[in-house]
Amino acid sequence: MASAKEMKSLVFGPVFANNPIALQVLGICSALAVTTKLEKALVMGLALTLVTAFSSMFISMIRNHIPSSVRIIVQMTIIASLVIVTDQVLKAYAYSVAKELSVFVGLIITNCIVMGRAEAYAMKSPPLMSFLDGIGNGLGYTVLLVIVAVVRELLGSGSLMGVEILPLVSAGGWYVPNGLLLMPPSAFFIIGLLIWALRTWRPEQQEKH
Amino acid sequence: MSNNNESIGKTFFVVIGLCLICAIFVAASAVGLRPKQAENKLLDAQKNILIATGMLNGEDIKAQFEKHVQVRLVNLDTGEFVDQDPLTYDYRKMMKDPAGSVMLDEKDDPAKIKSRANIAPVYLAYVDGVESKNISFVVLPIHGYGLWSTMHGFLALDKDGNTIKGLNYYEHGETPGLGGEIQNPKWVAQFVGKKLLDDAGQPAIKILKPGNANPASASEVDGLSGATLTSNGVQSTFAFWSGAKGFAPFLTKVRQGALNNG
Repeated sequence: MASAKEMKSLVFGPVFANNPIALQVLGICSALAVTTKLEKALVMGLALTLVTAFSSMFISMIRNHIPSSVRIIVQMTIIASLVIVTDQVLKAYAYSVAKELSVFVGLIITNCIVMGRAEAYAMKSPPLMSFLDGIGNGLGYTVLLVIVAVVRELLGSGSLMGVEILPLVSAGGWYVPNGLLLMPPSAFFIIGLLIWALRTWRPEQQEKH
Repeated sequence: MSNNNESIGKTFFVVIGLCLICAIFVAASAVGLRPKQAENKLLDAQKNILIATGMLNGEDIKAQFEKHVQVRLVNLDTGEFVDQDPLTYDYRKMMKDPAGSVMLDEKDDPAKIKSRANIAPVYLAYVDGVESKNISFVVLPIHGYGLWSTMHGFLALDKDGNTIKGLNYYEHGETPGLGGEIQNPKWVAQFVGKKLLDDAGQPAIKILKPGNANPASASEVDGLSGATLTSNGVQSTFAFWSGAKGFAPFLTKVRQGALNNG
C-alpha cells in the first residue's frame, strides 16, 4: 500500500509541478473553447476530473486482463461510456451550463489528458492510485482553465461567474471590454504567459537544449 | 498469464464483455435521466417565453407558465388556429420534415432558414391568468441565420399584433461578447415599444449601424457594434417572420380580433 505522502504527490503534483496543460501541453483544444466564462470552465474542469479519475480506476481494475492488441479500443470504450453518462447527467441536472458547453463535454472523449493518464499510468498501477492520479491531473487541468477563464471573463466581459465586476461602457460604466479576450486566440496568449511564469518560478520545468 | 491474455478467445471475451457492460451502463443512464432532461428542456422554453413577455417574476416557472400562458397552434398559411394538441407537436422536428413544412425559395428566405413548418406554436399570455380570458400578449417563436448559427428567439407582441413587448434570444452560436450580445437584456430592451409593421402592413423593423437609430422612431434599432452580420441576421429574421411567409396572416387575423373570441 502506498504511503500518504505518495498519494498527496499524486493529487497535488500535477497542479503546478507537472501540470498537464502547462508542462505536457495536453488538452489545449478545450482550454480555448470553454474559458470565455468562469462557470463554464469550472463545470468543464469538474467533468474532466471525474471522467479521468473513474476511467483510470476502471482501466486499472481490469489492466491485467486487457489484451495489448486491443488496449486502446478498450480504454476508449470505457472513457466514451463515462463521457456519455457525464453528458446525460449534466443535461439532467445543470441544463443551462450543459447547453453552453454543448459539444465540448462530448469532446472530453478525445481529450489527450484522459487517454494519456489511462495509457501512461492506469495500465501499470493499482486502482486507488490510478483514481488519485486522475483526480490530480483533472485538478491541474481545472486550475489552469480557471486562471485563464478569470482573465478572459473579467477583462473580456467585465464580469465573473456572470456577476458584473467592472461596469461596462455600454451599460453606463467606465470599462471598455477587450473583445480579443473573447476570441479563442487569446487563450493561447494567456496559456503562453502562464507557461512562461511557471517555468520562471520553477526552472526545472525548462527543457534542456 | 500475459500469453493467455493475447489469445483470440480471451480478446473476444474481454471486448464483448466490456461492450456489454458499457452498453448497459450508457443505456441505463440515458433512459433513466430522459424524463428529467425533457422536463428541463420544457422548463427552459417556458422560462424563455416568460422572459420575452417580461412576466417572469421568480415564482415557480412551471406554475406561473400554466397559470398565465396558453399554447395554441397556428396554420402559418391561413393564419387560423389549428385544433391539435400542442403538447404532442414537435415544432423543431416539423421545420425540417418535408411532410409538415414548405421549402422556401431564395428570394422568400431572407433569414436563410431553407424550410418553414406549416404549423407553428404561438403562446397567448394572460397577465391576469388564463381564466380571465383577457389576452395581454402574443408570443411568437422566431428563428433565422446570423453569422455562424441559427438564432432562436421568442418575440412578444401586444394584443394589437404590432407593438413589440419583448424579445428574447435563447439559443444561438454567435461569437460570445460580440454577436452573442443579442442575448443581452439591455440590447433587446431597445425593441420594446417599436412597431413590427409600418402603416402599409409591411415589415418595418430596421437595424442600423450602432448609434444611428433615432430612439423616437417607431421602427429603428441600433445594431450591435462588432457584430454587423449578426445584426443583419436579426434584421432578416424580423423581415421574414413579420412577412407573408411568416406570421403576417396570423397577425392580420389578430388585428381583426381573432384573439377576442378566446
